[in-house]
Amino acid sequence: MPSEAAAPQLDVDQILADPGVRIVVCCGAGGVGKTTTAAALALRAAEQHGRRTVVLTIDPARRLAQSLGLTELDNTPRQVKGIDVEASGGELHAMMLDMKRTFDDVVLQHTDPAKAQEIFANPFYQAMSSTFAGTQEYMAMEKLGQLHARGEWDLIVVDTPPSRSALDFLDAPARLSRFLDGRMLRLLLAPARSGGRSMFSLVTASFGMFSKVVQKVLGAQLLTDLSGFVAALDSMFGGFRQRAEQTYRILQARETAFLLVAAPEPDAVREAAYFAGRLHSERMPLAGLVLNRVHEPTVPALDAEACLAAAQRLAEAGGHDGTVDVLRAHAALVQQAQREQRVAARFTEAFPQVPAVSVTAQPADVHDVDGLRTIGAAISRP
Amino acid sequence: MRAAERPADPAPTQWPARLNVVTGKGGTGKTSVAAALALALAADGRRTLLVEVEGRQGIAQLFGTDPLPYAERHLTDAPGGGEVRALAVDAEEALLEYLDMFYKLGAAGRALRKLGAIDFATTIAPGLRDVLLTGKVKEATTRKAGQRRAYDAVVLDAPPTGRIGRFLNVTAETARLAKVGPIKTQSEGVAALLRSPMTAVHVVTLLEEMPVQETVDAVAELTQLGFPVGRVIVNAARPPLPAGRPVTAAELRRGLAAAGLPADRDTVAGLAAEARDQRVRRELEDSLRGDLAELGLPLTELPLLPGGVDRAGLAELSRALVRAD
Repeated sequence: MPSEAAAPQLDVDQILADPGVRIVVCCGAGGVGKTTTAAALALRAAEQHGRRTVVLTIDPARRLAQSLGLTELDNTPRQVKGIDVEASGGELHAMMLDMKRTFDDVVLQHTDPAKAQEIFANPFYQAMSSTFAGTQEYMAMEKLGQLHARGEWDLIVVDTPPSRSALDFLDAPARLSRFLDGRMLRLLLAPARSGGRSMFSLVTASFGMFSKVVQKVLGAQLLTDLSGFVAALDSMFGGFRQRAEQTYRILQARETAFLLVAAPEPDAVREAAYFAGRLHSERMPLAGLVLNRVHEPTVPALDAEACLAAAQRLAEAGGHDGTVDVLRAHAALVQQAQREQRVAARFTEAFPQVPAVSVTAQPADVHDVDGLRTIGAAISRP
Repeated sequence: MRAAERPADPAPTQWPARLNVVTGKGGTGKTSVAAALALALAADGRRTLLVEVEGRQGIAQLFGTDPLPYAERHLTDAPGGGEVRALAVDAEEALLEYLDMFYKLGAAGRALRKLGAIDFATTIAPGLRDVLLTGKVKEATTRKAGQRRAYDAVVLDAPPTGRIGRFLNVTAETARLAKVGPIKTQSEGVAALLRSPMTAVHVVTLLEEMPVQETVDAVAELTQLGFPVGRVIVNAARPPLPAGRPVTAAELRRGLAAAGLPADRDTVAGLAAEARDQRVRRELEDSLRGDLAELGLPLTELPLLPGGVDRAGLAELSRALVRAD
């Protein structure tokens, strides 16, 4: 078939087998099979390449989680049993990210128990640790940093959160650490000090105003809680930022391989293209594109127009209802494949140097180890 | 009587809500469905507002226009003299507008923005952000223009199923942070509208396992939180599997020969394999349809558009939405 010609073929086996590669990050828009891809790659790394692998999943479908033996969200890697590693000597471990618990652990690590309890009880901490836009991304990075620091695994495969945008995974940690940096918090809480006569300006004046407005709009209780939150977290700011920066540097290192995951739909391909551009500008190593759910007719030579015309003739003549259905279905499949190729070409035209692999759509959803193995083989086909 | 004053036809009875909230798992096409619904409800001289709240500019991408500003703009005409307007609500802008309305901030507001204070205020408390977004939607839904409402219907392209409960449940989120004050009052007003019969939350899904699972979960969550769930909309649906046994290889060979197409072994085997995969897929789809039917909600199916969702496709989807029973 045409169109795929432009991009070099992505060889995931080469990545999974390379002892220099310690981290594989799967990223892309929601609903493109990111989690399944991450799990399939991790399984393949363990079974085929004998690597001691851990897969960090964020929000797996229930049945997929069960297939990996993840029955509870306990934030610790669990070994996946019943896989075929006798020959290779590899291992597969899996864990689901518990965002709140990871955040709590970070707090506990950086402060004494009494202070930690004070932080946990603060409504701002509760809101932030469970609902802050970006906490999940930040905690995924944090967990990745932890797993990496423990040095127990040959390979860590990370599934990124189902964010509003795939870029949130890169942006959120910076946003959160900027927030935790607390400059704005301090300004907000101490308008009287900065708003003295000598410093009078529109900015400080409006800041005093802002603080008054916040008091009025949100109530004084909120400011008290906020103030308590800031005071309690104050000692941790440096630590947070340092860790975020460390993880960021790991992501830039040669031991990391980013895999973009997309489906041949306009939104998903657009997201993948944004992300490819962004990884390039952040100097993060993009290994390739996995294009999931691609439809491929088994008989490409039989084109859609000919099939539809033939189906029409047969339907009029009568007596071949079964064949009519098959021909119409084939025509629809050919048309869908053509549309998908046009959509996918938008990525390969923009990034012709990025290796890509197409994975044929599975007739049924994947929720067991056999299914993951099939997907892994499909991603790795020569 | 001038055209502008002509009373519009009543809204289609199967879409009685004034505020239609459209959610769904990422990748199910909820933005397209929301746009098609706004188009459908604007037909015959009505006016609707299509709103997005996540800063994705999905509406602009769908219609191939410039990014939408924080202002209600003409988006497209609807059949029969109607109009769809569009608005991208931005939490920061909404906060500034809100503060301006109550406190006349003027230049000080702009200075605050420069400082990042607005960004700060809307990120510190996600609940605050959501109450600002939904507050703007409520304002547009209830706004009057003379004797008539400004919009016959408002369609909200809402956050995905994973976040929808929290997004709509503004009172719970803000109550944790703000015990008194205008934000609390505001969130109570929004909550009252969202839980009234004026609102319907529709869930968009595909006939695939995860979107259907998320739909079932979201319907349970929304119901438990007291939000009126409207319809389940199955997007990109293919008709149910035709009854009868699969075609045999021999029949297929005869059929192909009768049609004057190649009937060699590879072609027959290839087409039979395609048909088999199709059948597996369709059987799964039919069983997922059954899961959705168990929800006991009205189901609307929108056809798979072979050419993708372009303007003609949107018009087709909007006709299918009006035909829904």
